[in-house]
Amino acid sequence: MESMASLTEDSATAGEEQGGVRRRDFINVAAASFAGVGAVSIALPLINQMNPSADVLAEASTEIDLAAIQPGQTIKTIFRKQPLFVRHLTPAEVASAEKVDLGELRDPQSLEQRTKAGKKQWLVTMGVCTHLGCVPLGAGEGEVKGEFGGYFCPCHGSSYDTAARIRKGPAPKNLEVPPYEFTSDTAIKVG
Amino acid sequence: MIRIGAFLVGLFFSGWLLVSATMGAFNFVTNPAAPTAEHEFHKKPEPVDFSFNGPAGKYDRAQLQRGLQIFKEVCSACHSLKYVSFRDFKDLGYSDGQIKTIAQTWPAEAPSINPETGEAATRKPTPADKIPAPYPNEVAARAANNNAAPPDLSLMAKARHGGPDYIHALLTGYQAPPAELKKKFPEAMPGKTTHYNPYFANLNLAMPAPLTTDGQVTYGEGAPKPTVDQMAKDVSAFLMWTAEPKLENRKRAGTAAVIFLLVFFGLCVGAYKNVWADKKAHA
Amino acid sequence: MSFPWANEYKPSNPFMRYLDEKLPLPRFVYNAVGAGYPVPRNLNYFWNFGVLAGVALMVQIVSGIILAMHFAAESTVAFASVEHIMRDVNAGWFIRYAHMNGASMFFIVVYIHIFRGLFYGSYKPPREMVWHLGLVIFLLMMATAFMGYVLPWGQMSFWGAKVITGLFGALPVIGTPIQTWLLGGFAPDNAALNRFFSLHYLLPFVILGVIILHIWALHIPGSSNPTGVEVKDEQDTVPFHPYYTAKDGVGVAVFFLVFAGLLFFAPNFLGEPDNYVQANPLATPANIVPEWYFWPFYAILRAFTVDFLFIPAKLLGVLAMFAAILLLFFLPWLDTSAVRSGHYRPLFRKFFWFGLIPTIAILGYCGGSHATDGIVLISQIASAYYFAHFLIILPIIARVETPKPLPTSITEAVLGHAPGATLQPAE
Repeated sequence: MESMASLTEDSATAGEEQGGVRRRDFINVAAASFAGVGAVSIALPLINQMNPSADVLAEASTEIDLAAIQPGQTIKTIFRKQPLFVRHLTPAEVASAEKVDLGELRDPQSLEQRTKAGKKQWLVTMGVCTHLGCVPLGAGEGEVKGEFGGYFCPCHGSSYDTAARIRKGPAPKNLEVPPYEFTSDTAIKVG
Repeated sequence: MIRIGAFLVGLFFSGWLLVSATMGAFNFVTNPAAPTAEHEFHKKPEPVDFSFNGPAGKYDRAQLQRGLQIFKEVCSACHSLKYVSFRDFKDLGYSDGQIKTIAQTWPAEAPSINPETGEAATRKPTPADKIPAPYPNEVAARAANNNAAPPDLSLMAKARHGGPDYIHALLTGYQAPPAELKKKFPEAMPGKTTHYNPYFANLNLAMPAPLTTDGQVTYGEGAPKPTVDQMAKDVSAFLMWTAEPKLENRKRAGTAAVIFLLVFFGLCVGAYKNVWADKKAHA
Repeated sequence: MSFPWANEYKPSNPFMRYLDEKLPLPRFVYNAVGAGYPVPRNLNYFWNFGVLAGVALMVQIVSGIILAMHFAAESTVAFASVEHIMRDVNAGWFIRYAHMNGASMFFIVVYIHIFRGLFYGSYKPPREMVWHLGLVIFLLMMATAFMGYVLPWGQMSFWGAKVITGLFGALPVIGTPIQTWLLGGFAPDNAALNRFFSLHYLLPFVILGVIILHIWALHIPGSSNPTGVEVKDEQDTVPFHPYYTAKDGVGVAVFFLVFAGLLFFAPNFLGEPDNYVQANPLATPANIVPEWYFWPFYAILRAFTVDFLFIPAKLLGVLAMFAAILLLFFLPWLDTSAVRSGHYRPLFRKFFWFGLIPTIAILGYCGGSHATDGIVLISQIASAYYFAHFLIILPIIARVETPKPLPTSITEAVLGHAPGATLQPAE
C-alpha cells in the first residue's frame, strides 16, 4: 500500500510534466493531431455542401430568342434566378449612348465594350441595381426610364443611361453585363 | 409495495403471454397454416458477379453505356427514370456534346408550356432536364398498362431485396408456369394480363418479358454479344448506377477513411498505453 | 465536486484567470470532464459507451442540421428532396448516409451503455437519478428516431407512421381522437410530416439538455465501477483527464471505424429497401417493420394475440410495449441486492447472460421477421420471460442469492489481479 501511494504521487508529477520531458509523450501529441486532421477533413465537405448543388449549376445557362423583340422594346427574363434585361436599342438610343464623354462617367465604359461586335443595338444586362440589388424600372411597357432614358431604380433613385451605365444616384457601377454569346443572328445563350 | 405491484403486473403479462402461446401452439398443431404458392415456388435471385461488387468495386463504363442503350430502347417505353438528369450521363463517360444529342433524341419529350397559348406542350429535353417520363401522369400510365402503372426505375436497385441481382433474375426469369403449380395452386396461375416469374414476390407480374430474344438490341463494336442474359446484366448495372450514382466516390472515400482511422486507432492505443504506463505497470 | 482530493483548476495565464473570475466555464469543464474529476481507476471498456453516446449525438446533430438545409418537409417533394441531397448536393450522399447510419450507431452505443448499467447495477443507490435521467434520454431518442424515419417519406416512413400512431388508436374512447390529433389528419400526410420535422429538429436539443442533467447527477456520487465497491480514498481514483480521455480516444477510434465501415461500405445494410419507394397510401408493403433498434419492442407489441376479458389484444400489446420500457424506471426498487456488480452475484449473472440477453436477441429477431405463427409463438415465450425477468425473477434473486465476497477496495481489486505490481518501479 505504501508503494502504491508513491506510485500515484509519481504519476501526478508525470502528468504535470507534459512539456516534452518524456519522449514517449510524442505519441499523445501525434494522436491528438491526427484527431485534428480528421476533424478538418470532415469539416471540408460539411462546408462545401453549402455551395450551389449540381442541379443549380446545370441550370446556370439560358437561351433567349431575340427575333420577337422590336427596337425600343426590352424583355425581362431570368438568368441564375435573377432578372435579366434584353433591350433592343433604337438608333436614337444608340446615338445618345455613344455621344457621352467617357470622362464624365462614374464607371467609364463605352457602348461597344458593353455589347458584342456588330450587335451594338442588343444591350444585355442584369436587372440588378449595383447599389443594393433592387430591380430598376424601365424594362416594362410604360415604366419610368429615368432622366437618362435607360433604367431608373426606385429604391434610392439611381439613374442609368441607354447603355445601362450609372449616371446619377448612389449606385457605384454600371448594370452588370453577364457572359453571353450569339448562337445565331437572333438568339443568344447567356452563361 | 412496488415489488408486490411489479410481481402482479409481471404475473399478468407473462401469464397471459404463456396462455396465448399455448392457445397459439394448440391452434398451430390442430389447424396448421396452409402452404402458399409463394412459399413453395418463389426463388431468391442468384448473385451476379458485377464489377461494382466488393469494397473496391467500380462501375464498368462501357457496361453502363450499354445499359443506358437498353433502357432507352426497351424500358423507357413504359418506365420513367425521374430522379436522373441527362447531365448525370457524364458519369457514364459521355461528353457534353454527346449528352446534348442523347437528350434531343430521347424517345419522350419534356413537359413545357406553349408560350403563346399557355397550354401544356412538350419540348426537346436539354442536358439540365430530368429524364422525361413516357406518360404524363399516373392515370395515363395505368390506362395504357392494364391498370398496372410501371414503377419509376431510378431507385429500383435499392428498393428491392437483392438489388441488381434481383433485377437481373427478374429479367431472365420469365418462364412457363410449372405443371406442379397448376396442380397444387390453380389460383396462383398467371391470368390473362399477368406473366409467371418465380423471382417476383407473388409469382405473377403485369410486365411481360421485356428482353425476349438475343440480339434484340444492337450493341456497338467491341461489345459482348447481346444475349438476353448479357442485356439483363447490362441494364441491371445501369439501374444500380441510377440508384447509387455516388458509389465509386463512396467506396473511395471509405477506403481513405478506414486507412486514416486505423492509423488513428494505433496512435490512440499508443497514447492510452503511454498515459496509463505508470498506473498499469503491472498489467 | 465529489471527492476532496480532486485536482483544483488553476488558470494558467492572465486571460484564463480573468475568464475564471467572470465566467468560470473552463473550471466547469475541468471539473466535469477534465483533470478535476476523479474516476475509479478500474473502469473497463464498457465505461467508454457514455462518451461514445455523446459523440454519436453530436454526429447526429451536425449532420441533421446540414440535412435540414436541403430537405423539404412537404409531402409531395420530401422524397425527391432526399434524392436531391443524394445526387446533387455537394457531399450530400455522405451527410445523408452519415445521419442514417449515425442513428443506428447511436442506438448500438446506447444499448451497450444500458446493458452495462444493467449488469453492473449502475441503477442502484446512490445513482437512481442517473438511471432515471438516462431512461428519459432513451425515450426521447426513440421518439426522435421514429419521427426522423418518417421524414424521407418512403413507404416504410408512411406505413411506420401509420402503424405507430395507430397504436394510440388502441386506447378506448380517446384513442381515435388522439391519433387524428397526432397526425393532423386521418392518415399521415403533409401536416404530420411537417410537425414530425419540427419535433425531430427540437428533440435532440432536449436530449442534449437531459444529458447535461444526466452527467450532473452522475458527478454527485461519482462514476460507478466494475466491482461496484464505492471509492474509498485517493488511490482508488485517477483524474478523468488524461487517463480516461486517453482511453476514450481508443473507444472513439473504434466507434468511427465501425461507423465508417457501415457508412461507406454497407450504407443500406440496416435499412429497408421499401423506403426507397415513395410513400403510397394505396399500397401497403408486404412486411411493415420498424428500424432494427425497435424490433424487440415491436415483437412484444405483436406478441399479444388473445383478448383478456374486455381488454382487446391490440391494447394489451400497446400497454405491454410501453410497460417493457417503463418497468426499467422501477429497477432500483425491484433489484434490492446490496451488491451492485454482476461479477459478484452468481445467480443474477446466470439469469442475465442466459436469460435476459438471449431473450432480447430473440425478441429482436422476431420483431424484424414476418409475423408467421411460429415467430409469434416464439415472441410470446420470449416476451413472457422478459416481463418475468424484471418483475418477478430479479426481486426473488435479490432475496435468495448469496453474493461472492467483495474486495475491500477498488485498489485491492486492481492489484489482486496482478500481485507483482508493487514490485514494479514507478517511472
